[in-house]
Amino acid sequence: MAETATPAQAESGETRRDFLYLAAAGMGAIGTACVAWPLIDSMNPSAEVLALASTEVDLGPIAEGQRVTVTWRGNPVFIDHRTQAQIQQAEDVDIASLPDPQADADRVETPEWLIVIGVCTHLGCVPLGQRTGQSRGDFGGWFCPCHGSHYDTSGRIRKGPAPLNLPVPPYQFTGDNIIVIG
Amino acid sequence: MSGFQTNSRVIKWIEYRMPVFSFLNHSIGAGYPAPKNLSYMWNFGSLAGFTLVIMIVTGILLAMQYTAHVDYAFDSVERIMRDVNFGWLLRYIHMNGASFFFIVVYIHMFRGLYYGSYKAPRELLWILGVVILLLMMMTAFMGYVLPWGQMSFWGAKVITNLFSAVPIFGEGIVTWLWGGFTVDNPTLNRFYALHYLMPFVIVAVVVLHIWALHQFGSNNPLGIDPKGPQDKIPFHPYYTAKDSFGMGVFLIVFAAVIFYLPNYMGHPDNYIPADPLATPAHIVPEWYFLPFYAILRAIPDKLLGVIAMFGSIAVLFVLPWLDRSPVKSGRFRPIFRIFFVLLAIDVVVLGFVGANPPEGAWLITGQIATFWYFLHFLVVLPLLGVFERPKPLPTSISEPVLKGGGSLAGAPAKPMEKA
Repeated sequence: MAETATPAQAESGETRRDFLYLAAAGMGAIGTACVAWPLIDSMNPSAEVLALASTEVDLGPIAEGQRVTVTWRGNPVFIDHRTQAQIQQAEDVDIASLPDPQADADRVETPEWLIVIGVCTHLGCVPLGQRTGQSRGDFGGWFCPCHGSHYDTSGRIRKGPAPLNLPVPPYQFTGDNIIVIG
Repeated sequence: MSGFQTNSRVIKWIEYRMPVFSFLNHSIGAGYPAPKNLSYMWNFGSLAGFTLVIMIVTGILLAMQYTAHVDYAFDSVERIMRDVNFGWLLRYIHMNGASFFFIVVYIHMFRGLYYGSYKAPRELLWILGVVILLLMMMTAFMGYVLPWGQMSFWGAKVITNLFSAVPIFGEGIVTWLWGGFTVDNPTLNRFYALHYLMPFVIVAVVVLHIWALHQFGSNNPLGIDPKGPQDKIPFHPYYTAKDSFGMGVFLIVFAAVIFYLPNYMGHPDNYIPADPLATPAHIVPEWYFLPFYAILRAIPDKLLGVIAMFGSIAVLFVLPWLDRSPVKSGRFRPIFRIFFVLLAIDVVVLGFVGANPPEGAWLITGQIATFWYFLHFLVVLPLLGVFERPKPLPTSISEPVLKGGGSLAGAPAKPMEKA
């Protein structure tokens, strides 16, 4: 070992061999990570799953006060044709008091149409409230029966273990009454 | 104890080239001396191994009939039940076998908790056992998804969503687990692949578990080390016979459930095909997960709830260092005994809480029981190690039986030596 080290290196206890060990181990680690990535990434959503990424909905037949569920990327999307009272209720809330503060205006394109992904942000159940007769929770929106989360008429979390509001999917109006989600 | 001996030339030929027979002899044969005072509580280790074999055999046969696709999975299970020869029997054995596996393992664990089997020098043995428990939980969870009923689907959704509580990477991890944007065909496929793989990983860890066991041998109801050959008897035929008897009793109970109450521990909702757009009104996991589910729901914060649930198992990994009492067996620890019973009650209470909606009295009870669970391991056990005054220990395994006799009486050890 001594002949591979200069006198100065020998005094500090470091040798070329130490450097070679580190360099070899480092290259090994980088190489392993490079090989591991394709294996790990193969479990991510595949091209044909990603290709199913948009859904077109005709809002025409949905009456005021009616709620409709459509499927987008395998998940339910809640479309709520809100009444004036429901819109008022959603807008009158003190935003600072919310667990996940967000104004109603930031969650809709037009106030009459609330479009949210119907998957509870706690552990992924589908909240109740889409059908007549189902519980809508304490705030007139949706109620998740799994662990008791209450959402308001803007789909915002108000009470219960869910940390976030029901997410708004990316969507746009392509006609007067046609939306494309995704 | 006796070394391995044989007159068979074939066995001798193999033994010389690969000492597999003497290995078996030392593992489960006459060459493995075990403490002579092991009670029926020591049956459950071999019983767990036996159940694992039942699960693997029935599982492989079921795999030959099952189709892992969202459109066919439910129907293929119904086909197994109606059309496949003895398919109903295979499935009911496999389905209830999971429950019985957990019953056996939970008894095995509580036995270890009471008799201090996790203490030095058996810490690694205990830790490997907790690893097996974790692997079993993963296997059972993924197996429950395969019939693709409502509980399968929503159980999978809720449990995989636990990982969304991870800060920053949560959503990415969940999408990666699903292979999509919700639990769907890619999820079912990978769960099937992993469900087939995991039991063999369990077998590997069981081998390590037994390896660690044989380093110091079994603990015993007195929790004191055998002082010599007079305190031991050969595993075969004594404990092979005792284990076989216990196995017979186990099989009677197992068969009674398979033939008369096959769906008692299941949920009727799982006979409804999975519907990704409608959550059943009341989702509950299988009974063996209920205490952990109760801990998850006891805490109103998502991330903290998930941490508490994983923490309830993580605490078992460090148990050998939390309980500092030098006395192993609960028999000689008067205060520990009381707290052990309280812990057992606490876990049962958590089970009932987990089966009920988290509202009102159930929620409060769940929070108190969760608090007590952690208090037991993190506060009570460390303090007991310092303040508890244990009862005097017998000087040997023979002493309590021989009433002060045993090795002290100077009885010659020679007759025992032959055993």
